[in-house]
Amino acid sequence: MSNAHSPIAHHFYTVEQQKEAATIGMWLFLATEILLFGALFTAYAVYRQKFPDAFMVASSRMDWKMGGLNTLFLIISSVTMVFAVSAAEKGRRGGLLGFLAATGFFGTLFLVVKYFEYKHHYHDQDVPGLNFHWAGAPEFANGAQMFFFLYFFMTGLHALHMVVGLGLLIWIFITAYQGKYSPEYYNPVEMFGLYWHFVDLVWIFLFPLLYLLGAHLPPGGGGHH
Amino acid sequence: MIEENVSLPRIHYLNSHYGWKSWLFTTDHKRIGLLYMISITLMFFLGGFFALLIRLELLTPQADMFNADTYNKFFTLHGVILVFFFLVPSIPATLGNFLIPLMIGAKDVAFPKLNLLSWYIYAIGSLFTLWVVAVGGVDTGWTFYTPYSTTFANTHVIAATLGVFFTGFSSILTGLNFIVTIHKMRAPGLTWFRLPLFIWSLYATSIIQVLATPVLGITMVLIAVERFARVGIFDPALGGDPVLFQHMFWFYSHPAVYIMILPSLGVVSELISAFTWKRVFGYKFVAVSSLMIAIFSFIVWGHHMYVSSMSIYAGMLFSILSYLVAVPSAVKVFNWTATLYKGSVSYDTPMLYALGFIGLFTIGGLTGLFLASMGLDRHLHDTYFVIAHFHLIMVGGAVMGYFGGLHYWWPKMFGRMYPEWWGRLSALIVFVGFNLSFFPQFIIGYLGMPRRYHVYAPEFQVLNVMSTAGSSILGVGYLLPLVYFIWSLRYGKVASNPWMAKGLEWEAASPPLPENFLEQPVVTEEAYNYPIRPAQPTRHTGRLTSGLAQPADTTGKGREAEVV
Repeated sequence: MSNAHSPIAHHFYTVEQQKEAATIGMWLFLATEILLFGALFTAYAVYRQKFPDAFMVASSRMDWKMGGLNTLFLIISSVTMVFAVSAAEKGRRGGLLGFLAATGFFGTLFLVVKYFEYKHHYHDQDVPGLNFHWAGAPEFANGAQMFFFLYFFMTGLHALHMVVGLGLLIWIFITAYQGKYSPEYYNPVEMFGLYWHFVDLVWIFLFPLLYLLGAHLPPGGGGHH
Repeated sequence: MIEENVSLPRIHYLNSHYGWKSWLFTTDHKRIGLLYMISITLMFFLGGFFALLIRLELLTPQADMFNADTYNKFFTLHGVILVFFFLVPSIPATLGNFLIPLMIGAKDVAFPKLNLLSWYIYAIGSLFTLWVVAVGGVDTGWTFYTPYSTTFANTHVIAATLGVFFTGFSSILTGLNFIVTIHKMRAPGLTWFRLPLFIWSLYATSIIQVLATPVLGITMVLIAVERFARVGIFDPALGGDPVLFQHMFWFYSHPAVYIMILPSLGVVSELISAFTWKRVFGYKFVAVSSLMIAIFSFIVWGHHMYVSSMSIYAGMLFSILSYLVAVPSAVKVFNWTATLYKGSVSYDTPMLYALGFIGLFTIGGLTGLFLASMGLDRHLHDTYFVIAHFHLIMVGGAVMGYFGGLHYWWPKMFGRMYPEWWGRLSALIVFVGFNLSFFPQFIIGYLGMPRRYHVYAPEFQVLNVMSTAGSSILGVGYLLPLVYFIWSLRYGKVASNPWMAKGLEWEAASPPLPENFLEQPVVTEEAYNYPIRPAQPTRHTGRLTSGLAQPADTTGKGREAEVV
């Protein structure tokens, strides 16, 4: 909401008013995001209760090492984001740019790993609506397909949020490079930080629900192919 | 209403900039309100047109004009367009956008660019829907029930659901903007319990918009994906659960009823106060009742699903919770009525709409209790009784409130009066036409006529003819304001505050200046602090004679806010 001349937009009276407005707005936005993902987590709960065994068997086809690596990347990127906000607060432009770059780096790594995971699943004919083929026990076919539908839909929506986040990150980086932020005004950095942590947090729930459910079974359990 | 001798301000938000860019790229909440008003008016008449086609077909028991498929498309488009593209945005996006900053003494909403973005997202959603209308329609009913919508329908379901998805996100952004605006943009001295009740009701509405709409959004995407990719999240043949869809749909769509009605409840509180020249009786109760309605709205969705394999215990719980909504609703009705008592009541057009609203909202609400009771609902589910009930709330309630508000704030928005005689006539026509349309439907529904059929048993014909006649009268009642409002933009008498109403929005110029107030107002008194009106002359003639021609009271004591 800033313009080139003053960090306060024309319709606000003080910096504090503007900052508090942005903060409430961002938290409200995150509340809508919780409801958006919440509907999907509800669907997950319903179908896992309906197909407990099939979900476990299907989950054993996930590579929990890849998922764990991605969890690690996101947690690191959240930490670097905290440092970025802290640097902005203290007016350290170099630190801000460095930590933003690190955040972007680990966020990109996450998407790269995700790409290879998706590619692997496509190769294994795990994608409902595209090439889903269940070679395991037939009584698990419907449940497994439901599991993989939810997997692709939920992680896909999450990945979309990551892509949007990286786009925002580039914008924050450019404006930070131009020196738009100061200890008095760094709203966009802080608001973006909230968004980034939220997207990480969604993954923290997705990872055990999707990857660890069947991690104790032999890989591909249920005799796929 | 008083005769004023005023002139328009030299510069105001309508003439400060010219050209189409000054409208399509504006961030002024008043101009965005007008953009919304034009858009939803188009959708209102399009959706109303489909209603008339439905009523025409139902004039006789046989299929005369349309076959079943066409008829299915008509009632679907009627519902989709009027629910998602008219009723949900109606009062918040038009009157709310225009009035919230004025009522709280702010220059604009908290996020002006986001406000404009929400209109564009609404426009994208509308284009999807208009495209559906143009290329052949959709026939699922506005509820998009699965597995019909996902597996069997051969119409344009994907485009229709995406249209709903987009307009939903526009609704979320509007609600988010309003909550932040009401929290952070109030003028000094404007405490929560000094706020106009319209603000309270929009705050409650916004909470529902922000928290319920995302669920509808993702549900619409799931339907589109299921149709597109042939996966089975709601398809029982593939292990999916169609009842899960109903839960997710009604988790939004029941609260959505309160998105539609709460703003009208707020408008009516303003009207009752202004036209009784009194503080609303039990102000705090009326204010808090809006929040109570918003909270209850989230825990009653199951009453739409008593016959959808719901367990009887869940049904009992939802039934009891649904009854609870009647409490805050009744608080409002009783308090408005108590406000009338010993008020200086005048019967200008907005007040006629408000009084009509109270009656219809009461009946609509009470018949809702019939449907919330499980036993009766077995009998009445999917009959015209349901249709009549929710049209009393959504048309007799929400639309009447919207029209009342439009008339009341018209001079504020454009600095000119609509013709009062025509206004009263239209209010009367709407009231008569509405009742004739929908009261017969209670009876035919009770007698067992199901909804969504284009043919029916011959014994229902008399009542259906009455209903169709009423809908034609109602249509005239809606067209009249369209004509005289447009007429008044140029030829209406210049007006500033013809109601001598209280409230910060009336302290601003009419039409308001581009940034609303010359200086930030400071509020020293609660809303509706009306002075005691002298015994003579009364306002019952609808016109004040000499002696009280000055809009502001001369003592200055009753002024709700001083502009310093």
